[in-house]
Amino acid sequence: MKMTKTLTAIALGLGILAGAGNAQAAGAGVKPPSQDWSFNGIFGTYDRAALQRGFQVYRNVCANCHSLDLIAFRNLGDLGYNEDEIKAIASSYEVQDGPNEDGDMFSRPATPADRWPAPFPNSKAAAAANGGAVPPDLSLITKARGAGGDSALRVSLFHPGGFALGADYLHALLTGYKEEAPAGFSLPDGKYYNEYFPGHAISMAPPLYEGAVEYEDGTAATTEQLSSDVTMFLAWAAEPELETRKQTGIKVILFLIVLTAMLYALKRKIWSDVH
Amino acid sequence: MSGGTSNFQSNSRIVNWIEHRLPIFSFMDAQMNQYPTPKNLNYFWNFGSLAGIVLVIMIVSGITLAMSYTPHTEYAFTSVERIMRDVNSGWLIRYIHMNGASIFFIVVYIHIFRGLYYGSYKAPREILWMIGIFILLAMMATAFMGYVLPWGQMSFWGATVITNLFSAIPLVGDYIVQLLWGGFVVDNPTLNRFFSLHYLLPFVIVGLVFLHLWALHMHHSNNPTGVEIKDEKQDTIPFHPYYTIKDLYGLGLMMIFFAFFIFFAPNYFGHPDNYIMADPLVTPPHIVPEWYFLPFYAILRAFTSDYWVYQVISLGGTLMSAKLAGVIAMFASILVLLLLPWLDRSRVRSSKYRPLYRFFFWVFAIDCVILGWVGGLPPEGVLVTIGQWSTFWYFFHIIIIVPVVGVLERPKPLPDSIAASVTGATQAAE
Repeated sequence: MKMTKTLTAIALGLGILAGAGNAQAAGAGVKPPSQDWSFNGIFGTYDRAALQRGFQVYRNVCANCHSLDLIAFRNLGDLGYNEDEIKAIASSYEVQDGPNEDGDMFSRPATPADRWPAPFPNSKAAAAANGGAVPPDLSLITKARGAGGDSALRVSLFHPGGFALGADYLHALLTGYKEEAPAGFSLPDGKYYNEYFPGHAISMAPPLYEGAVEYEDGTAATTEQLSSDVTMFLAWAAEPELETRKQTGIKVILFLIVLTAMLYALKRKIWSDVH
Repeated sequence: MSGGTSNFQSNSRIVNWIEHRLPIFSFMDAQMNQYPTPKNLNYFWNFGSLAGIVLVIMIVSGITLAMSYTPHTEYAFTSVERIMRDVNSGWLIRYIHMNGASIFFIVVYIHIFRGLYYGSYKAPREILWMIGIFILLAMMATAFMGYVLPWGQMSFWGATVITNLFSAIPLVGDYIVQLLWGGFVVDNPTLNRFFSLHYLLPFVIVGLVFLHLWALHMHHSNNPTGVEIKDEKQDTIPFHPYYTIKDLYGLGLMMIFFAFFIFFAPNYFGHPDNYIMADPLVTPPHIVPEWYFLPFYAILRAFTSDYWVYQVISLGGTLMSAKLAGVIAMFASILVLLLLPWLDRSRVRSSKYRPLYRFFFWVFAIDCVILGWVGGLPPEGVLVTIGQWSTFWYFFHIIIIVPVVGVLERPKPLPDSIAASVTGATQAAE
């Protein structure tokens, strides 16, 4: 099957040529190291305990400035919380509703159907409270910061050494702050030096420090741990379908391989009288 | 449609009743069942039917997506995310459609290069080839507008950059740009008309595909020897079951390749910036089109004011701006392919018997890959020079090398017939 080999090579070649046509994706920053995430690879799944810890980090730290518009309380079921726990979490937040019969807006406790309340009413308010920089919504942050999302294929013509995932970048960013900018780097006022941020001058103060959150499950809250947990949580927020997708994919591809093998056998049989 | 006869007969009175009034059964029998096909086609001939199937997949998935998509600047981005999160299997439909575009171009580019290698564009298949080029153009327009619909950063800025190109056209340029935008900037009217046209054009492609097949069935498929069918009995086999099963096997392989991207690398062909909602106030650091446009994007960007090709064609910069020259070159890079059947002077079709042309074919193929590579990187330093020389070579190959090689080359002896190519008999070179 020399021809099939050639074709496979060409198709794969074109795929790799094509991949992540985004040489600049990593920006001017340093390439973040690849992490061994539990959701990597074709059998990848999220680690439920890490998701719940990451959620805790998000609630206690990130949520003070960053919205998570695309996530509703009901989605927390994915993290392993049951219905009552979700109701309890939701009801600890107030959301605006209305207008009521008198035409007034009112506050009420959130329900599982509500989306996560944003910390600021609008982007102007967010900028005003954060020295002019709007903290980005985190719903899609791992997909928006890394070439290829959670790609099982990491090489391309534009990234001969392979590219990093958005989750790798996020984890590197959260742990990549330096106390002082290197000599010769002029850091503007109100900015912080980060090894992995494109241009290195980031407006977000280092958000994580040892013990920033007291984990409910007793895990030691090192900066590394906090960062990796919250990254896992945000990877889930960006790709809640990941586990279903990968598990479906394995079945689909196994089915296709068997089907194709049978089609090939049939092809051989039918063509056996052609000379 | 010519090119096939049918001795269709049926015992069913209903079938015969219909057949008497609309001979659709004998037509299908002649064109899809008994249709004589060269028996020596290799697997590169699978890509035409694959492209047709991907087109159907794109239309079906696209119509389904349109049921949950909102073409409005305020809602488009979140409506796509609702499809990804809240619509049943929405993520699957969306990833099929998103990756399907890339698969479509991979399949079609292989199909086109197969035509180039085996000289499938030569008489009497010139119109077949030209319709194919129009299909490519329609695909590109459709893909470009489809990429705008999720209203991410790259959607918005890609639309801005590409539509702005038309402003380089003298006199009517600004009018055309305003027509495309439906206003004075890329905004809601732009999104609305792009959605409308993105829905329309695939059906235009279906029509063109029908013409493409009609022209194909007039003179039948070319084949790896490039020698015409001489004796239907000796040289051909009926399309069914031989090529139906071969195409199905090829389809299986393609679906495995396709499924890998859908399920395990769904954003591989995409750009992270498109997961950030469009913001007219924030320009991404490096705006790139989708990968399948990169070679053409490289040609567009090659035309800087100090590019010697630009200096020559614009008579030292007096005739047109470098921007206009780039736009013309970008469109010309596809339109020039329409002339290929007449530029190629060789009467031998297949590169198998044309060693010199074959060499230049591969140089050209590599040149296209280099253009794609340059097109995806920032235009800096040596990349500019590489892009400019690759652009030069693209046109030089088609306009100069192809005709000259066609005249100068002494082809190897051709087989007497398709059947003879299997047994190894040859005739003297023409």
